Amino acid sequence: MTDFKRPANPQEFEENFEQLHPIMNATQAHYESSRCLFCHDAPCINACPTEIDIPLFIRQINTNNLSGAAKTIYESNWLGNICGKVCPTEVLCEGACVYNHQEVKPIEIGRLQSYASSVAINRNKHLFEKALDNGKKVAVVGAGPAGISAACELALLGCMVTVYEAKELPSGLALYGVAPYKILNDTVLEEVEYLQKQFGFHIKYQHPLQAAEDFEQLDRAFDAVFLGIGLGSTRELQLEGESLDGCWGAVEFIEMLKTLQHKAMVGKKVVVLGGGNTAMDAASEACRLGAEQVVLAYRRSKDEMRAYEFEYELAKSVGAVGLWNVTPLAILGEEKVVGVLFIETRTIDKKLETIPGSDYTIDCDMVIKATGQNKQKALVQLIPGIQTDPSGRILTVNDLGQTHNARYFTGGDAMNGGKEVVNAVAEAKVAARGIHQYLTENQG
Amino acid sequence: MADLSVNLGGISSPNPFWLASAPPTNSGYQVMKAFDQGWGGAVWKTLGVPVVNVSSRYGAVNYRDIRMMGFNNIELITDRPLKDNLKEIEEVKKYFPEHAVIASLMVESREEWHQIVKDVENAGADGLELNFGCPHGMCERGMGSAVGQEPNVLETITSWVKEVAHTPVIVKLTPNITDITEPALAAHKGKADAISLINTIQSLVGVDIDQMVPYPIVDGKSTNGGYCGPAVKPIAQNMVKNCAQLEYGRLPISGIGGIENWRDVVEYLLLGATNVQVCTAVMHYGFGIVRDLESGLQQYMKDKGFQTVNEMVGKALGNVTSWENLNLKYKIVAEIHQEKCIECQLCYTACEDGAHQAIGLSEKSRIPYIIEENCVGCNLCSLVCPVEECITMERRDNGQEQITWKERTENGTIPTTFNDPLAGGRDHWVPDPKDAFNKE
Repeated sequence: MTDFKRPANPQEFEENFEQLHPIMNATQAHYESSRCLFCHDAPCINACPTEIDIPLFIRQINTNNLSGAAKTIYESNWLGNICGKVCPTEVLCEGACVYNHQEVKPIEIGRLQSYASSVAINRNKHLFEKALDNGKKVAVVGAGPAGISAACELALLGCMVTVYEAKELPSGLALYGVAPYKILNDTVLEEVEYLQKQFGFHIKYQHPLQAAEDFEQLDRAFDAVFLGIGLGSTRELQLEGESLDGCWGAVEFIEMLKTLQHKAMVGKKVVVLGGGNTAMDAASEACRLGAEQVVLAYRRSKDEMRAYEFEYELAKSVGAVGLWNVTPLAILGEEKVVGVLFIETRTIDKKLETIPGSDYTIDCDMVIKATGQNKQKALVQLIPGIQTDPSGRILTVNDLGQTHNARYFTGGDAMNGGKEVVNAVAEAKVAARGIHQYLTENQG
Repeated sequence: MADLSVNLGGISSPNPFWLASAPPTNSGYQVMKAFDQGWGGAVWKTLGVPVVNVSSRYGAVNYRDIRMMGFNNIELITDRPLKDNLKEIEEVKKYFPEHAVIASLMVESREEWHQIVKDVENAGADGLELNFGCPHGMCERGMGSAVGQEPNVLETITSWVKEVAHTPVIVKLTPNITDITEPALAAHKGKADAISLINTIQSLVGVDIDQMVPYPIVDGKSTNGGYCGPAVKPIAQNMVKNCAQLEYGRLPISGIGGIENWRDVVEYLLLGATNVQVCTAVMHYGFGIVRDLESGLQQYMKDKGFQTVNEMVGKALGNVTSWENLNLKYKIVAEIHQEKCIECQLCYTACEDGAHQAIGLSEKSRIPYIIEENCVGCNLCSLVCPVEECITMERRDNGQEQITWKERTENGTIPTTFNDPLAGGRDHWVPDPKDAFNKE
């Protein structure tokens, strides 16, 4: 049983999805920043994919140099506020904090980062001066974390940037995919708006690129392209009943939740398939939407789940129940989902096998498949020369994110196959610098 | 339970914890409350010439999340009528006959001194403290630290008081002077019964960088104040030690300056103070801190086997000597206890940038190591290390040999020229200046 009542209005929704990492007030930030030791060659920096100079910005918060702190953050990471809230800090910066060795609570780096960057956003601090217009035009495909990061960096370097986005709003999965208790939609949008004001790049919304001609046009109008196209829809499981009403892909379920908020639909009895972080999110979210029973079903053992420990703990804490070593055989129902037929599994010689005759049914009226996303293979195929690995990830020819089509660079989920927001931000920044270098070298 | 009672130059009190003359002793209400909570004595907020105080009187130095590490005030002596204060002294003594009530005094002429001594003694004061220390507001009028900075004047006024006083006289010294022993000796010459030190240090506690005015701000202007609080303790302790080590003219000492906990009290006693006076800590945390002072002192005395406070007084003095008497053969080096290290590498940076490049980093581990041949045993790494007992200083000489600078001077083995081979740092390795470019 879960502890949540179905939210009937925005206020109840907000209560059910109470922020895990609320913005600190000035006093909290002062006390917390006072604790930082200012380590040499700080492990927190090395643990951050964007390598923010964390001890420096914490010191700047402590000396009330808040603009300086925000600048330190944004110099390395264009989504400073978003990352402060959505990063799995427990396994990144905060997990590396030396205080852990002493069993002292690590510094709340994520919250401090959000504190400093949100102050800059709220005051609309203009922290960066763009380089002079270098005459180069760059298209960014996708306004997700990678695309926004690349757009900021390219604009800073003096390029004219146009972003093409298929959806109505920017930020990609940071908006449509991150659990509401990690960040509010408004917070995501405010940061992008703040960056856009500062760097002046243009975003063309509801402007999907769907045909080879679209890319031919890009090639004519721009000197280079950054592909921040992320991943596609939830992967099919090739199971009977997968198209029944009430069977959702996790990405689609979360997007529906993020869009409809308290009006989002949820079953009374929900089965979530998968053992990754998205599965944990979906289970948590179903609980908080008022589902009476939420079962997290994973085909291997608890210890083999790819989800971070704290993500599982979070799902468990709101009432989701774990079920391990089961794999679905079919999703049952006529028009609507009524249950899932499972069979138990075991691992023999490192191979997962099903146990004959162990099948049983769990009744449910909603199934959420958190079993991975498809790659954007069809889209990538429209662009001449680009190569992908067998799993569909875009291949690069160097560590600057350059693809086999020299004018195209990439970063984020499309390249790494699906990692954190902070990875996308870091990779896109590198790729943007790669684009700048490529265009500057090609000049003469 | 050990006996905590003390006697300072003829003034007895049930314990060595006194309130210093300051805002916490501004009224009979406060003093009664303090005694009720366990304080043994109180030096009344200075009585004397009429004054007018300003609004906005205090400023503070905060360090990171610690407030009032240092504290500064531009408040003058009491601005309440003398008769009210006298009435309240009488009242307090009625309820607390065993506690010490000391009247702090500051007036100008001999007649005024004679009169006010008589008044406060009639009210029942157990002793007098002559305020020759206040470094703001009153000194411009020829009182306070203006007296404390002129040993002759200090001596004269002390002797005026002694002409009529029936109770013991404490002279409160100002630290705003080059050699604290000069006014201390002048107090002795004037026949004072004890000295108390330190009064506050002349100070500015920072500047409002928007208004461009130092704190505390009085309608857009400021003035120097008197500095106190935990930050001044090291300065005060050195002065207490200097006065306590006088071979001739030594007077009993009431130690003042940055005392906040029982450990501070013990330190002052070991450095030769007979009792202590506290102000800032009470202004910060209230009278309740006396419970920690008392229980901590009791426990310490029990652990060390002291029966009376007086047995402890001055126990550290024999171990404070001049530099020339320190053993030059003594050699310690840092040792990092790997199992305790949290890998912050603060010791590395401190030694690398701030000391002697005697700590190295390896590729394999974040735990730094000591390059013993470069280590001069300066203690810096052990001071910056955030983990207790993680870096310890280990003795490396054999403990048998001893030679001091004084002895070397007598032997004729001290270096005497700028490039003398006998100088200390000659064989000490330092990196090549250009190596600076090869570091991160």
